[in-house]
Amino acid sequence: MKVVVTVMLKPEVLDPQGRAIQHALHGLGFTGVSNVRAGKVIELELAESNPAKAKAAAEEMARRLLANIVIEGYRIAVEGG
Amino acid sequence: MRAGIVLFPGINRERDMAIALEHATGHKPRMIWHAEAALPEIDLVVLPGGFSYGDYLRCGAMAAQSPVLRAVRDFADKGGYVLGVCNGFQILVEAGLLPGALLRNASLRFISADCHLRVERSDTVFAGRYQRGQVFRAPMAHGDGNYFADAATLDHLEAEGLIAFRYVTPAGEATAEANRNGSARNIAGIYSENLRVLGLMPHPEDLVDPLAGGTDGKPLFDGLAASLGA
Repeated sequence: MKVVVTVMLKPEVLDPQGRAIQHALHGLGFTGVSNVRAGKVIELELAESNPAKAKAAAEEMARRLLANIVIEGYRIAVEGG
Repeated sequence: MRAGIVLFPGINRERDMAIALEHATGHKPRMIWHAEAALPEIDLVVLPGGFSYGDYLRCGAMAAQSPVLRAVRDFADKGGYVLGVCNGFQILVEAGLLPGALLRNASLRFISADCHLRVERSDTVFAGRYQRGQVFRAPMAHGDGNYFADAATLDHLEAEGLIAFRYVTPAGEATAEANRNGSARNIAGIYSENLRVLGLMPHPEDLVDPLAGGTDGKPLFDGLAASLGA
């Protein structure tokens, strides 16, 4: 079953990449844009049919490798879950 | 001092490190492949600079999960000495052997330039040949050297004297201009609680020979050799 893990810098961690993107968007005339943050999306195909178990496994993966919990938070979405 | 340098795919600064160690000790360090599950009999493990695993996911994240890092963690837990430079520092924080994290440089630019470091304490095996407050020059070459930790961790590092080096002006002042990658509190390098693990972003191993432009980094290696036995 497919699981999507979204990893974002924590709100209190400055995101210079997001700021640079925002600056470029303003340059293109999208002046109403604020709080641009850039993160990562990681898709996983798990050999698991139970959504709760798939989510728990992905949580463990996010904590141990996919995110650095010192600086990043994560969200997990189980397809159809 | 018997030293070993850990090699990961994508590491590219191991030879500079080997030269610096050989200069100081008179013999070649061991080279340790990342797939090794055990370390040879050594006194110092060095994680050198480079781009292990292409910096995939986060700098140092993959190397921190490699078999040899379990052995390095055991070595450190038993009081072994560990030095991580540049990517090696990133690996140490990803592995949890040092606190905090290294973010993208605040400027978003890769910085290849000399910086000046102030020695925050000299009563360690790494800094014994420097004086406290001494400023020395070191090349830096990184895109992700912006040291980050939460305020409580930073306060703890300062209170316990675990900050090894700070980015300063040549006169020794910790200004914003001297802090080119944007590191919290100008931190360039930190120690573990037992002062036996040191991680820093700049490269003292690049300045150990007058032919390479100076010997500012030599005291670090001479100090290690003196403390841990030639």
